[in-house]
Amino acid sequence: MGILLQQLINGLFIGSVYGLFAVGYTLVFGVLDMLNLAHAAIFTFAGLIALWLVENAGLSIWLAFPLATVFAGVMGLLLNQVAFAPLRKRSDSQFSGLISSIAMAIIFEAGALGLFGARSVRFPVGTVSAHIWHIGSVTITLLQVGIACVAAILMVVLTIFIGHTRVGKAVRAIGENERTATLLGINVNGIIALTFFVSSALGGAAGILFGLYFNNLTPDMGRSIELKGLAVIILGGMGSIPGAILGGLAFGLSEVLTVAITGTSNLRDAVAFTVLFVILLIRPSGLLGRGKTREA
Amino acid sequence: MKLSVRTLIGVAAGVFLLASIAAPAFSAGIKIGFVFSMTGGAAVYGTAQKDGANLAIEQINAAAGANGLQIVPIFEDDASVPQQGTNVFNKLINGDKVSIIIGPTLSNTAKTTDVIAQKAGVPVLAISNTVSGITEIGDYIFRDSLTEDVVIPHTVKYAKEKLGIKKVAMLYGNDDVMTKATYEVFKKELHAAGIQILSEQIFAKGDRDFSPQLTQIKAQNPDAIIAAALAEEASGIASQARQLGIPKTVRIIGGNGLNSPGLIKNAGDAAEGTIVGAAWNISSTAPLNVKFVSDFTKKYGHAPDQFATQAYAGVHIVYQAAKASNGGADRKALREALLKIKNMDTVLGRFSFTEGRDANHAAIVQEVKGGKFVVTSN
Repeated sequence: MGILLQQLINGLFIGSVYGLFAVGYTLVFGVLDMLNLAHAAIFTFAGLIALWLVENAGLSIWLAFPLATVFAGVMGLLLNQVAFAPLRKRSDSQFSGLISSIAMAIIFEAGALGLFGARSVRFPVGTVSAHIWHIGSVTITLLQVGIACVAAILMVVLTIFIGHTRVGKAVRAIGENERTATLLGINVNGIIALTFFVSSALGGAAGILFGLYFNNLTPDMGRSIELKGLAVIILGGMGSIPGAILGGLAFGLSEVLTVAITGTSNLRDAVAFTVLFVILLIRPSGLLGRGKTREA
Repeated sequence: MKLSVRTLIGVAAGVFLLASIAAPAFSAGIKIGFVFSMTGGAAVYGTAQKDGANLAIEQINAAAGANGLQIVPIFEDDASVPQQGTNVFNKLINGDKVSIIIGPTLSNTAKTTDVIAQKAGVPVLAISNTVSGITEIGDYIFRDSLTEDVVIPHTVKYAKEKLGIKKVAMLYGNDDVMTKATYEVFKKELHAAGIQILSEQIFAKGDRDFSPQLTQIKAQNPDAIIAAALAEEASGIASQARQLGIPKTVRIIGGNGLNSPGLIKNAGDAAEGTIVGAAWNISSTAPLNVKFVSDFTKKYGHAPDQFATQAYAGVHIVYQAAKASNGGADRKALREALLKIKNMDTVLGRFSFTEGRDANHAAIVQEVKGGKFVVTSN
């Protein structure tokens, strides 16, 4: 019993990390309808920048975290300016943007490799309190609780932002139809830039938490989570913020339980993607997707 | 800029002149090809190897002076994959016409590339391949890295006799030649020693989350966890095991892959008590080793690991053989000279090649104590 409970908790936390990553991803992919494949590279870069701020600039993590998050946001602005904005007038801007974002991902990754080296690095011991709770035979760390809380808070804040604020509505309007949004007087370029900023900042925050949690940062760490992030978005339902978190949890749980039952992680991805497939057969729009409302 | 025929002739003549001046110095050197993984999955090791090799080359060339035998290094990147390894081996052998190749980083790659060198009659010195079946490729293949078959029996013996370990759980990566070989040797030795294996859990290359496997292991209550892993994975395994409440009395035991300062740096306090069988210990007080560690740390700003050390030793071994074979320009004579290396004083200790051209020097068992690898037995 204790062992199953511990495994569920393991799944819940890794799932929260996936969810966090996917929340930022889905803002651009699910809401704006642009696939940004450099999201994982920004995720990595922010983690490494935060580490650099803590280790070399001697900042506390409480200061390094927001700074690195803002830095990630600025990288998002740069990404939008370089990879997406110049292509926006092309009729195939969705595809050409996707390709140029791959180019930016490679540039960011190479930059991280050049700046921080290929070695796997970690935050110094004691960056965050290593407090551990033992409840019966189950253990939970302070960091795990922190990650789950951040994921939950972001989910609520972003859902309100997208669903109920003026800016959020503008973002969705652009996702529906850019031309119409322009006619309605929405500053399309400004709103897209803002969305990239928020999305990348969130990706960056996820990268820092991922780095803190697993204590193993490498310039290619984003690759392991990139595809999962996309799967999580599809699983949760395109554009749905709570869906991204829920999808992340479902994905994390299926992974952990597969490993626990089979004793090997070789089947982990196969089972996780099979679960995705089955859920899409039953609910084609994803767990919390709203069907074909976007067809207009 | 306008180029006249006269300038062109002038430039051509200049180049020609330069080449003829440079030629004698060139022929006085031994051309060594280095094939390391500078990109891809094994980049961490390739980088360390290049650093170790570069330090050795720099020191040897400075000591030899302009009139002595100089090393002319040619570095190539195999991108951690056999395909690229094949390309650069062909380039080094047929294009650059090197006397010998040091590398490649991964055993996986070596199994393909060393066949090419053997056919062409070019000696290869492996400096990090630890699986069996490398030197068996042919009589031109040497290695200075101790195999898992040599290192692990010491470790298992120590675990049984000194730590009284009776039952263990195994955790290993089955998609990497090296970790899989480590696992197989461990399994064989554990059986031979009569230690019970409670369960075998598998992870995949690049995994960061080991908590599902460790949660299962915790429930089985083993005396120790055998981790057939590379250093990054082992750091994750150690810290997550302690986080999950597996007590420190349950030791983590591993092979060559764990012998990296990265383990201690990345796992911190959780690495304490880890038992690591290895070919080399950073704290060895042999004068050569002390000087190497301090020179390396001064040049690169961090301590060397076993990969850098084996690369450093490898360059010295090749240089010694080159001196003994009249500059090493003749590949066959260089091979003969390598065979004759006996009791050479290296940073790895007294070094000889076995009859099968494998490394022969003392293996050690280390324990992580107070943030350092400490030798426990010899």
